[in-house]
Amino acid sequence: MKIYNSGKVVIGLIIFIGLVTFPFFYNKGKAIAKPEPKIDTPAIMQLQDKKCVEPRDFMRAEHMRLLNDWRDSAVRDGKRIYVNSEGKQFTISLQNTCMHCHSNKKEFCDRCHSYVAVKPYCWGCHIEPKENKS
Amino acid sequence: MGSIVSLIAVIVLILIAYTGVKAANLHFLFGVVIPYAAVTVFLTGFIYRILKWASVPVPFRIPTTCGQQKSLPWIKQNKIENPSSPFWVVVRMALEVLVFRSLFRNLKTQLTDGSRLVYGEAKWLWLAGLAFHWSLLIVLIRHSRFIFDPVPSFLHILEQFDGFLQIGVPVLFVTGVVLLVSVTYLLIRRFFIPIVRYISLPADYFPLFLIIAIAITGIEMRYFTKTHIVGVKELVMGLLTFNPKTPEGIGWIFYVHIFLVSALFIYFPFSKLMHMGGVFMSPTRNMVNNSRVKRHVNPWNYPVDVHTYEDYENDFREKMKSAGIPVEKE
Ligand code: HEC
Ligand code: HEC
Ligand code: HEC
Repeated sequence: MKIYNSGKVVIGLIIFIGLVTFPFFYNKGKAIAKPEPKIDTPAIMQLQDKKCVEPRDFMRAEHMRLLNDWRDSAVRDGKRIYVNSEGKQFTISLQNTCMHCHSNKKEFCDRCHSYVAVKPYCWGCHIEPKENKS
Repeated sequence: MGSIVSLIAVIVLILIAYTGVKAANLHFLFGVVIPYAAVTVFLTGFIYRILKWASVPVPFRIPTTCGQQKSLPWIKQNKIENPSSPFWVVVRMALEVLVFRSLFRNLKTQLTDGSRLVYGEAKWLWLAGLAFHWSLLIVLIRHSRFIFDPVPSFLHILEQFDGFLQIGVPVLFVTGVVLLVSVTYLLIRRFFIPIVRYISLPADYFPLFLIIAIAITGIEMRYFTKTHIVGVKELVMGLLTFNPKTPEGIGWIFYVHIFLVSALFIYFPFSKLMHMGGVFMSPTRNMVNNSRVKRHVNPWNYPVDVHTYEDYENDFREKMKSAGIPVEKE
């Protein structure tokens, strides 16, 4: 097989192969640690029953939707009590409920979020919990 | 017909992944083996197709031109439409690839009053095509949050722009919507414009249905049936570091999504989707129009034996003389 204009074709193909395989080289040999969100805050330590608002698997996948529902329910309908699937009641508040238990935002929320590159814009208005560690 | 066959093919693909993961628990097959196979087929197939195209000689200059060629110094050359140097070919090519310049000229041809031929503007195809390709690119770049660790910071800027409407949580990405709307237009166009429907084949419908299905599963996963995103990234990073694993808790919809993407990658080198590489190989676009400046000799010209008049006379001089035919050399 004779290749015409081989110089240009090869350059083009090298760029193409480079782009496709770049992720393999970029991550080569890295031991990628999965994020371990920490749940050892004082508020959680005091709980007898170390449970979140909803079961863990649900929270892991759907906490953003839950927050969205909370927001709508508090801001639009004025309902500030949430009853979870077990019938337990929670005050609807990002700062006072979620962040009361998860007062370690940097070691909890942000661990996961920076792993998958999400930056919720909530903290432009809502106040982050004060943490000693930066 | 073609559309139904293609739609069924895509539905079958979805069912394969769904049953494979839900009923047969083949997470490793769908999450690891098939994606690896897909990347391999995609790369080798792509390279093979390009080399095959590159092995076809294009001995003459055949660029399509629609502007003044380089000529006398006082005649203004149209450098983009009729490039005479590689630089302007690159400019022309870049405009073609980035903004689909030749599609912009797409016209609608119609007979009105039975006999009058009328040309009209037809920009919708260009607009939808451009919207589709650009949003697909941005969606693809956005996925790099799954394939890089740490994620490059420009991605946040991209996501901020893409999510600037700040609708809902997780924020609505505009490109996802634009992608789905424009690809749907490209499909519907094939149903409702009779001329286009006439020339549409399963090979035209299948990629459209496949991409629609990919977009829908992706949007579904992001906004509706949530899945364990951190687990998804672990899976992808496992693939990229050749340390494959299939974390628990990832919903079936993710496996359908990645199976459809794998199908697209495998299908790619065998289909019209190869226009991604092919556009760079099209001689009517990538050639310098310099046929008046440089002589281009056909490389496979057969060496023709010429018998000149001189030789002819040398062969037959005596016979010609005796027959009284005038000769040039005595
Ligand atoms: C009563 C204290 C408490 C409150 C209030 C609370 N959490 Fe939790 N959260 C926990 C505990 C304890 C866990 C660990 C659960 C487990 O491991 O089963 C957890 C787990 C989680 C997880 C999963 C982490 C993982 O490891 O995958 C997410 C996400 C989460 N919480 C988000 C939230 C959000 C968002 C809110 C507010 C809507 C909230 N939590 C409110 C105590 C709380
Ligand atoms: C423009 C500023 C702003 C931004 C950004 C913002 N919020 Fe709010 N949020 C508010 C205001 C104001 C209220 C009303 C507070 C009240 O009535 O108690 C509120 C209320 C809420 C509530 C219910 C009440 C409470 O005290 O928490 C939730 C839940 C909530 N927001 C979640 C979010 C989430 C999640 C995000 C990020 C995706 C977000 N908000 C971003 C301004 C903002
Ligand atoms: C188990 C890991 C994990 C933990 C812990 C976690 N998140 Fe998330 N969060 C995610 C993932 C993954 C996404 C992105 C989902 C997507 O892009 O579809 C996300 C998205 C969000 C979003 C939507 C952001 C957007 O703009 O799209 C909000 C709001 C949010 N998280 C709030 C929180 C808060 C508040 C906490 C701490 C109380 C928290 N999360 C803890 C994994 C986590």
